Amino acid sequence: MIPYLTRVVVKSAITLFAIATLTFIATRLSGNPIDTFLGEGLTTEGRLELIRYFQLDGTLWQQYLAFLRGALSGEFGLSFVDRRPVTEVVGDRLWASGQLLLASVGLTVVLSIPLGIIAALYRKSWIGSAVMMVAFAGYAVPSFILAIIMILIFSYWLNWLPVVGNGSFLHFIMPTIAMSGVLIAALTRFTRNAMLDVLGQDFIRTARAKGLREARVVLRHGFSNAGVTVISVIGLQVAGLAAAGSVVVESIFSWPGIGQLLVNAALIRDYPVLQFGVIVVAVAVVIINAITDMSYALVDPRIRLARN
Amino acid sequence: MANLADPVSRPRRKTDRTDFIQKIAIAIAVILVVSAVFAPVITPFGPLDQSLLSRLRPPLGFERYLSGHLAGTDELGRDVLSRSLHGLRLTLALAFAGALIGLLIGGTLGLIAGLRGGWVEDAIMSLVDMQIAIPFTLIALLILSLLGSSLTVLVVVLGIAGWEQYARIVRAEVRRLSSLPFIEAAWTAGAGPFYAAWRHVLPNLVSPLVVQFTLALSNIVILESTLSFLGLGVQPPQPSLGSMVGLGRDYMPTAPWIVLTPAALIVALTFSVQILGDWLRDRADVRLHDR
Repeated sequence: MIPYLTRVVVKSAITLFAIATLTFIATRLSGNPIDTFLGEGLTTEGRLELIRYFQLDGTLWQQYLAFLRGALSGEFGLSFVDRRPVTEVVGDRLWASGQLLLASVGLTVVLSIPLGIIAALYRKSWIGSAVMMVAFAGYAVPSFILAIIMILIFSYWLNWLPVVGNGSFLHFIMPTIAMSGVLIAALTRFTRNAMLDVLGQDFIRTARAKGLREARVVLRHGFSNAGVTVISVIGLQVAGLAAAGSVVVESIFSWPGIGQLLVNAALIRDYPVLQFGVIVVAVAVVIINAITDMSYALVDPRIRLARN
Repeated sequence: MANLADPVSRPRRKTDRTDFIQKIAIAIAVILVVSAVFAPVITPFGPLDQSLLSRLRPPLGFERYLSGHLAGTDELGRDVLSRSLHGLRLTLALAFAGALIGLLIGGTLGLIAGLRGGWVEDAIMSLVDMQIAIPFTLIALLILSLLGSSLTVLVVVLGIAGWEQYARIVRAEVRRLSSLPFIEAAWTAGAGPFYAAWRHVLPNLVSPLVVQFTLALSNIVILESTLSFLGLGVQPPQPSLGSMVGLGRDYMPTAPWIVLTPAALIVALTFSVQILGDWLRDRADVRLHDR
């Protein structure tokens, strides 16, 4: 168990280091960021002062070392726009993003797992096909279109739901659904396939043969085993999809989270914010993946032992 | 793995209903591709032609409809249908170019990883893992913001978007094939790595790659229109389906048709392409046939 955990941690650390380095190279690739950001109309002294202010002097190598030192002590530079540490700028928005993420993942789990089980049980009847059609639609409709259509119907026509902000429960409904569309599609599909794999196995027939009720067979013997796969999918796929989705959904609904911040930073070229935001999201995804890997191994002795 | 005792020709397992859906999907895909290719010929108005006297006119069948503008006009009096079809054309061109670049990069790296093995394979596969770890929308945001969103940069970004999927598929297939007797026979007969790859491995990769290419097309359409929607992809005034939805958002309460036509085209495109992709995958993947 310990060597396996160590490997997961080391692998995550290497990935994070590589991501930090790549974002650094990327933000320095296009020349001095100050030039692209501030453009013309600066005196030479003012320019030099700003370069010093944002610690962009020195060779690329010195900048890289400074960046790594800063990263280790939790300093990632100042936002070009806010003139505040990017850690604060991003930190302010963490909770709003977290709320939306939790709501979406919650909705996804509550809907997808029963739907997936139903689709597996009734795969030959119209119920199964209907569920899979809905899951399919979730894949095909981009989240921004889902959001736009909902805004059109529920805000402009029916006047039921607010479009902008995150003040009340009503504010959560549309963003959560828009973000969950793809997640529900993915998780329903995986749950169904995992259930089909398990339900076809011998021990399920044995459970039925010894007279257990169908509900117990499906839930206790079937889902308990399929659940391991499902949990791993929630961690591995849903984390990435949600991070990508939050960028779109937050900027549509003016949700004061990290996704909206990143789109704005990209549009106005506030590189320090963009760089740190990408690192934060990558760290979140890598950590979630690592936790998934570990819990996967904890739950399933086959993996723990096989990989040792 | 397929059981050797299984009959060669399997009984039909799809119902007529799904066949029907696939036929519709193929028909929609063909119509969309044809109208995109011939967009400059069949559209009555240029995508950038403005007419301030006929601004914000609704589509056919509504009051104040201006004849000729079937899907209405936008805030500058441009014909929404003409713009949408030109946008579709650009979106499809970008999607094909992106999927092709991804296929070339991913296919080559996957082939190298599968054939060479050792540290080369480890390096390539850890790159794959890394790309999976970061949501690609973020990478795209970073690149487009840094390099500006010209069409060239956009094509490259869309190309990088899916390479890791190709690389995984190709590597796995190459590993599987390498242990099969006919490849071993080729090695034994003195075939070099390039000859073996070209003559014996590639032909077997065609069908999984075709499936992946189709699915990648639809993913890239979604990615491109999302980026253009956010203002980071295709730049106005050039029409793209995503940017039309993004810019038309401001007029949604009074002129929803500006948004609805391009949105409907995006959904029709991704739907039909994904149904096609699923259908191709079902046909190509023997393991799925029992489901």
